[in-house]
Amino acid sequence: MSWRRFVRRTYWDVERSREIDSYIEIETSDNIARGMTPADAESAARRKFGNPSLVREEIYRMNTVSWLESIAQDVRYGARLLMMNPGFACVAILSLALGIGANTAIFQLLDAVRLRSLPIVNPHELAEIKIIGGSRGLGVNEEYGEVTRPIWQEIRRDHPAFSDVFAWGKQQFGVGEGSDMQLANGILVSGDFFRSLGVEPWRGRLLAGYDEHACPETTAVVSHAYWQSKMGGREIDPDTKLLINGELHQITGVTPPPFFGMVVGEHFDIAIPYCEPRELSRNLFAVSVMGRLRPGWTLENASAQLSAASSAIMTATEITGYAANTIEKYRNFRLAAYPASAGVSRLRNTYDSALWLLLAITGLVLVIACANLANLMLARASTREREIAVRLALGAARIRLFRQLLVESSLLAAIGAGLGVGLAQWLSRILVLSLSTENDAVMLAMSTDWRVLLFATGVATLTAILFGMAPAIRASGADPVIAMKTAGRGISAGHGRLSIQRVMVVTQISVSLVLLVGALLFVRSFHNLMTFDPGLRKKGITLVNLGFRKSNILRERVNEFRRELVEEVRSVSGVRSAASTSMVPLNGGSWGHNIRIGVAEGTSAFTWVSPAYFETMGIPLLAGRSFNEKDSGAAQRVAVVNQTFIRRYLKGANPIGQIMQTQPEPGYPSTAYQIVGVIPDTKYDNLRGGTPAMTFAPAAQFPGTGPWTSILVYSDQPPAVVIDSVKRRIAKTHPEVVTQFRIFETQINDRLVRERLMALLSGLFGVLAAVLGMIGLYGVISYIVTSRRNEIGIRVALGASRAEVVGMIMREAGLLLAVGLAIGTALPLAASRGARTMLFGLKSSDPLTLATAIGLLVGISAVASFVPARRASKVDPMDALRSA
Amino acid sequence: MANRATQTEILQGTLDMLILRTLAAGPAHGHTIAHVIGRRSEEVLLVEHGSLYPALHRLEDRGWITSFWGTSENNRKARYYRLTATGRKQLNVETSRWERVVRAVNQVLRPAQS
Repeated sequence: MSWRRFVRRTYWDVERSREIDSYIEIETSDNIARGMTPADAESAARRKFGNPSLVREEIYRMNTVSWLESIAQDVRYGARLLMMNPGFACVAILSLALGIGANTAIFQLLDAVRLRSLPIVNPHELAEIKIIGGSRGLGVNEEYGEVTRPIWQEIRRDHPAFSDVFAWGKQQFGVGEGSDMQLANGILVSGDFFRSLGVEPWRGRLLAGYDEHACPETTAVVSHAYWQSKMGGREIDPDTKLLINGELHQITGVTPPPFFGMVVGEHFDIAIPYCEPRELSRNLFAVSVMGRLRPGWTLENASAQLSAASSAIMTATEITGYAANTIEKYRNFRLAAYPASAGVSRLRNTYDSALWLLLAITGLVLVIACANLANLMLARASTREREIAVRLALGAARIRLFRQLLVESSLLAAIGAGLGVGLAQWLSRILVLSLSTENDAVMLAMSTDWRVLLFATGVATLTAILFGMAPAIRASGADPVIAMKTAGRGISAGHGRLSIQRVMVVTQISVSLVLLVGALLFVRSFHNLMTFDPGLRKKGITLVNLGFRKSNILRERVNEFRRELVEEVRSVSGVRSAASTSMVPLNGGSWGHNIRIGVAEGTSAFTWVSPAYFETMGIPLLAGRSFNEKDSGAAQRVAVVNQTFIRRYLKGANPIGQIMQTQPEPGYPSTAYQIVGVIPDTKYDNLRGGTPAMTFAPAAQFPGTGPWTSILVYSDQPPAVVIDSVKRRIAKTHPEVVTQFRIFETQINDRLVRERLMALLSGLFGVLAAVLGMIGLYGVISYIVTSRRNEIGIRVALGASRAEVVGMIMREAGLLLAVGLAIGTALPLAASRGARTMLFGLKSSDPLTLATAIGLLVGISAVASFVPARRASKVDPMDALRSA
Repeated sequence: MANRATQTEILQGTLDMLILRTLAAGPAHGHTIAHVIGRRSEEVLLVEHGSLYPALHRLEDRGWITSFWGTSENNRKARYYRLTATGRKQLNVETSRWERVVRAVNQVLRPAQS
């Protein structure tokens, strides 16, 4: 048996045939020479040779790899059978394609979010340097920022564990000017960023060490996508410039298409180098430091080295302007190395467990679909009893038959998987689109890499075994004599076949119950979140973000200018109320300070708001007063606190008049605030999670002097009208101010994308599972009716009423249902722990949900079994008995 | 049925040897090989063509003989076989093995008279 011969066996067959023919010719002419007639000569020659076909066959067999040949036979036979039964084939392939496709789509998403490495050189060498435990609320923390610039400089000076280190930070850039200004996703990068990652320029050159110099920076690099869409793909020359954050930058080059930055799920548009300002902020944690491990260094070694060096680094970069204990806390920070080959990702953190759960759900749906298919194939096998019996009688080995049946189901699974992978492309793209919201576009490249294909193949194999095994075993184990005697009627060996079907239906029902319960839980959870009252007004609020860098306001006048802007917005017609705030609620952002009040110490969230804030947001005052014009910049600092604050720090004592002292921070000196009012608890940065101790202070006394402010506008008019009016007013009175508008409720709901996705998908799959389960139940009950036709006929002949017959069948169905529900109820309780963190407002063992799901299943089961039961009751006893 | 099978097995090993020996004298085609074996053994060993061609195929695959198309004695196209160097070595191996077997069998059949 050689592969060389195998692939050329046709060639050899032809050669040998020619040889045989030539032999017969030679022998024939010999015979003629001996004196025979030509006809006799030839027949004598042929007789002497023997059977040429046998010879050819033997040689052919020597050339084949026999098992491959017979599997190819099986495949051809299976394909032919499928084409003869197009209906069955379509149903089977379609359900397989959907099931495998859904699974693969989810896996593809998981792969892109969690498993795939960054498109850079040797991603496995990449590690991130972070503070163990994070900065614990100290200082100002930006998204993806782990350390400060001074810490980065220390690391850059000495990094024994890493061959290359680089730093980056995320920032929004304003490109263009005035009303034309557009926001772009930006990253600030160190000089070695692109070189360390091994990213080659697509056009021009990428940033290098010498681009980092004294501020302002003058060069920038754009991403391929941005270059194509916003710059028209024009060639880069020394004159290509962009106005970024108010400064002209020369665009030196373009990054290649696959490179999207370090954040999975986000694409950067523009990269600008860090510049060296006169003074580096020591408490701004906005930098992410990464590096390539030196050969021979592991993460543990690197972490150990960093830990040993931490004390020196922290002392060198010590924060100033804080209380002593805070500075001590900073000095005790320890650095360590973490794996970073797959980059960082907010997307991953948010969706990781959701995706795994969805994968489990789709897996279970596939199991149910497989059970249906198995039942289908069992039914089909019974119609093929005759054929199989004949083959067994002719001497076929049972193993051979078993293998052939398995090949048939594998064929179905393979075709289904092929279609499924194609479907998955489409489905996963839809999934990614549904994850994007207006503000947060999710950009994930979906690709079918080897992991996805391996997954699909694995699923297909498992599926084939699942639904092919039982029918194959049953069919090949048939006794040919019995089969041929009763072939076609399928009543033989009834109980054996039936018990497999019963087991499968029970499995389907229990899995359906689990999925239905899950779906209901997620849907109700989502509904709870959407209708949840966070303690402040959601509807009718429009958010206006204003940036007034170009207005060139003196630092002392910033609060006054902000007040002017609020007044301006308030006076727009249609606006019922407007207020500014330093931190927009329910947007994920937070700001707090350490405080001391009496003997109690701790932290409190701090928000500076204009006097109309509580009225605008619909927050009632429980005691004391709100802010007014008398609380100006020069006056005594006052504050309004919430009930959690009082509970935690004042143990229920009367808060009005009490003084709290904040600990110092750069830009926020230690201040004494007198409490003048109390408000009820509201949610802070998130709909989930508890309410922290919150302190509100007057906007006029806000220490922050950045040239921006956020104004919340309450109006009865539709948001589009409000936005238009406010935009026009600001453009008229302060044309240099940049505005950005958001509908507050939309912004909150956008943060619920994950919950919406879970509700939608689990609901979809729950319904699908229930439908499939009911189809399965219907099939089995129908089968029971058919197989017990004789018995029913006899009963009716002996006087049973139709109702009694129906009742008998329904009882059968009811038994199956009861067992399935019992198992199904036990399962969710075990599997619920994984989903607990995603639910809101209910526990995973919520009895109402369980009862609803059971009720639904019972209802549909009743219908599914009633139809065949009714058919049973219509059986004509004479017909039934005659066809026995 | 069983008898024929054992006969074929024994003959298969020896058939390979006989073919190689016949080709040692020079290239020949299938018809000639069968003819030569039959005539030299005085018609005792009659080669079934059903086994000849598979044997030739096997020997060719093992590299002991090679084949080429040529013209036969009466101007007909025929497939000729030729012994290769490895084939010649194999012939020696098989021949010595055969002689050892024959000697052993003879010793058993005619017990040593000493």
